[in-house]
Amino acid sequence: MEKNTANNAPQGVYKRPSQAKEIWRRFKKSKGAVIGLIMLVAIALVLIIGPFLIPYDLATTNNYDFMLAKPSAEHIFGCDGFGRDIFARVVYGGRTSIAIAVLATISSCVVGSMLGAVAGFFGGKVDALIMRSLDIFMSVPDILFTMAVVYALGANFVNLLVALTLAYFTNYVRLVRSQVLTLSESDYVEAARAGGSGSMRIIMSHIIPNAVGVIIVNTTLNVAKIILYESTLSFLGLGMPPPAPEWGAMLAEAREFLRNAPHMMIFPASAIVLTACSVNLVGDGLRDALDPHLKS
Amino acid sequence: MDNNIVRTPLLETVDLQKYFKIGKNSYLHAVDGINLKLHAGETIGVVGESGCGKSTLGRTILKLIEPTGGKILYDGQDITKYKNSQMHPLRKEMQIIFQDPYSSIDPRKSVIEVIAEYMLIHKVYKTRAEAFNRAVQLMDMVGLARRYTNSYPHELDGGRRQRIGVARALSLNPRFIVCDEPVSALDVSIQAQILNLLMDLQEQLDLAYMFVTHDLSVVKHISDNIMVMYLGRCVELAPSDELFANPQHPYTKALLAAIPEPDLIRSRTKKLEVIRGEVTSPIDPKPGCRFAARCEHCDKCGGRCTESNPEFVEVSPGHFVSCFLVNDK
Amino acid sequence: MKTEELKSLNLQDTPGVPLLEIKNLRAIYKTDLETVEAVNGISLQINKGKTFGLVGETGAGKTTTALSILRLLPSTTGRILEGEILFNGTNLLELDEGVMRAVRGGLISMVFQDPMSALNPVYTVDEQIGEAIRLHNPDYTKEQVEDRVDEMLQLVGILPSRKHDYPHQFSGGMKQRVVIAMALCCEPHLLIADEPTTALDVTIQAQVLAMIRELRDRLGTAMLMITHDLGIVAQTCDDVGVMYAGEIVEAGTAEDIFLGKEHHPYTVGLFDSIPNLTSRATRLKPIPGLMPDPTNLPKGCVFAERCSHCMEICKTEHPKIYVNGTHKLCCHLFDDKLKQN
Repeated sequence: MEKNTANNAPQGVYKRPSQAKEIWRRFKKSKGAVIGLIMLVAIALVLIIGPFLIPYDLATTNNYDFMLAKPSAEHIFGCDGFGRDIFARVVYGGRTSIAIAVLATISSCVVGSMLGAVAGFFGGKVDALIMRSLDIFMSVPDILFTMAVVYALGANFVNLLVALTLAYFTNYVRLVRSQVLTLSESDYVEAARAGGSGSMRIIMSHIIPNAVGVIIVNTTLNVAKIILYESTLSFLGLGMPPPAPEWGAMLAEAREFLRNAPHMMIFPASAIVLTACSVNLVGDGLRDALDPHLKS
Repeated sequence: MDNNIVRTPLLETVDLQKYFKIGKNSYLHAVDGINLKLHAGETIGVVGESGCGKSTLGRTILKLIEPTGGKILYDGQDITKYKNSQMHPLRKEMQIIFQDPYSSIDPRKSVIEVIAEYMLIHKVYKTRAEAFNRAVQLMDMVGLARRYTNSYPHELDGGRRQRIGVARALSLNPRFIVCDEPVSALDVSIQAQILNLLMDLQEQLDLAYMFVTHDLSVVKHISDNIMVMYLGRCVELAPSDELFANPQHPYTKALLAAIPEPDLIRSRTKKLEVIRGEVTSPIDPKPGCRFAARCEHCDKCGGRCTESNPEFVEVSPGHFVSCFLVNDK
Repeated sequence: MKTEELKSLNLQDTPGVPLLEIKNLRAIYKTDLETVEAVNGISLQINKGKTFGLVGETGAGKTTTALSILRLLPSTTGRILEGEILFNGTNLLELDEGVMRAVRGGLISMVFQDPMSALNPVYTVDEQIGEAIRLHNPDYTKEQVEDRVDEMLQLVGILPSRKHDYPHQFSGGMKQRVVIAMALCCEPHLLIADEPTTALDVTIQAQVLAMIRELRDRLGTAMLMITHDLGIVAQTCDDVGVMYAGEIVEAGTAEDIFLGKEHHPYTVGLFDSIPNLTSRATRLKPIPGLMPDPTNLPKGCVFAERCSHCMEICKTEHPKIYVNGTHKLCCHLFDDKLKQN
């Protein structure tokens, strides 16, 4: 009987209090964050469902009958200088823009976090080597750097990704390095060491789980930055090759028709602003929800 | 000594030193020539004020910090130069309980995960479930209710968290535990609970403790011997009762006098003896007695204490003092 | 302006009225999740020039009481529900915020536990003390302020030659002295010291305590000493209140608490928990269990759950206060005597 209870005990009482639930409760408290999340979900739905309803041709094929057409029931956002449907272009452009932004954020996060963790944990010469090379990267203005990379490699999806990753991974190196430095000083890491944990185990089971909150928040906020950044690049003509639609490139095209057809500017611009805004709002909400100091 | 059997001490340090380099030719003398012996089932109390090197001493003995000089002998083997891989099996035998029950536990692990962690590292059990079972038994042992098995540390109070720390330290069946101020972050009533728990466990498991603290009254109850440290050096080492009944070193006397006693008559009649000054810097200390700058008897030993370090002399069996004044007698 | 208003109010000494009197104070911290009942109807009196010691463990409500006196409870969560805090007969809770600001530092000052965070690291020590002086004495000339700074530093045992140093150049004990100098520079009538020596080493603690005692005797400042250490109480206090879970369970003169025969079981437990320097007992006698959850206090006596004398009535009915001269006890054990009176 006694043995039985001892055996069953861990299973019997094993009920994990849900951390996700707790984070959601705190996230909900911020109105801005909830609005941001709703907007983000709406945008995502449009971008996901849109292509099933709208043929890609509408976004890329010239149709001179509808040149600079004002918004109407047929073309709800109107048409551009080549008579292409702006709504279709916003949807397809958004897919590219956001895909690039998300992928670039993830890759810069992975590369940067790994380098940062290595630099912070091992310190000494490894740290110096990584951080000094980083200084070289950071001494060149981001936009110049990305432009140079895209020019050198040519403008396509993969190269854009590489350029944006190279411009952004530096943030993560510094962020993760500083996190690792503070966390490795903590008593519980010393306790793990006293228990015989090796470096790898300490990084995997103590440092990363504790640093992950900060990284998630930073990543969310970075997505918004990269969306703007990618738009800037395509505005400057360094985005996807035409006729593929892209938000920044659409703005560049709209410049010529600003007087006659302001809708060409308004819709892609609003799309950029709304997306960046909602991602930022969600990021802010997440930061507050994940910050243990604000736990009430 | 009348008995022929000389017991090998479980732990012995010989002239142990730890200097931290802080400048080009500048060193912080955190631990400076400490000799101590500790037998199984015994407790040595290490007492001193902040910055005297007592915590560094504990961590150096566990090789969490590499010693600068001297020797650490554990169960007869010299572990001073052991690498991490050589230390690994010894980690099971030598454990530490930390001062701050808040920072010493990973906030993202549940209670049972924290307690089972060491057992999983050392693969004491074949399966995770077995390790968790043992963790639950440990919880019973240290008096943590089973309903906290899956709580997160921030949901518990300081006393319960410290019990987690104790359970974790016990999980590998150690023989020696460094208790680094395990009760100073706790309230008095909880402090007494933890002290009693540590004493009970010692009796049951024949543990040896090195009890590091700034509070003399706490160690009195738990220690067989007490070592008083000042700026990296040991100024007095004596059996617990002897130290309180017959303190010799001026610093020990000052420490004892400074404890506010919860006794109205004594505290109203006793003249408050206050030693002047503050702890001097442990960075490149001047030769001589480290306490000289604050010692009121400094002039009585003819200035010797500022020139050379007083010897560590046995004034009565087991009672060692390092002070010229006492040595002269 | 503020100072004039302050003078017009009758906050100065009135013979026959205690300096500070708290009547049935209740304070809570309310968040959207829970309500922490931090202080539950405490009453106490501090007489002019006397030191009142408030003893208790973490979470007993000592600091909340102190912050309530200064009306410094965190504005988002803290709230005083009821009670009066009479300073020379005037209810501080009814003063307007402007006047209250002049009261803080001018008539009542507070010293916090951590001297490191009480000082601003970017100003020198004399600038910080000087600022406190100027704030309450706007008509002082530069020289007067400087003289006062020197005087204050000397008072707390710091050489005035070090006044241009920054806080980080001082050790912990010295910083606490600076903080005390700041608190005393406007000659407050009441000094609230919230665990002033907890962050310090024992020998330094002894120095600071000796200084506090000496200053109190010299300046005649009344003090509210908040501490968890009964030893400090024995050394410094005239009157004592033992706090537990937001209530004062026992109060009286120091003699009542340390030498009296009748005690609240919690006070007894507190004394038994302290490792005694003189006795040779090897085991301590801790109080079992933990303080009740302040968000969910028991209906009867707050100590009932941990009390070895717990009776049926303790679990259901809150005890009344039994007064024996200066000694007040809040425990059902004294119900018989209560009836006799």
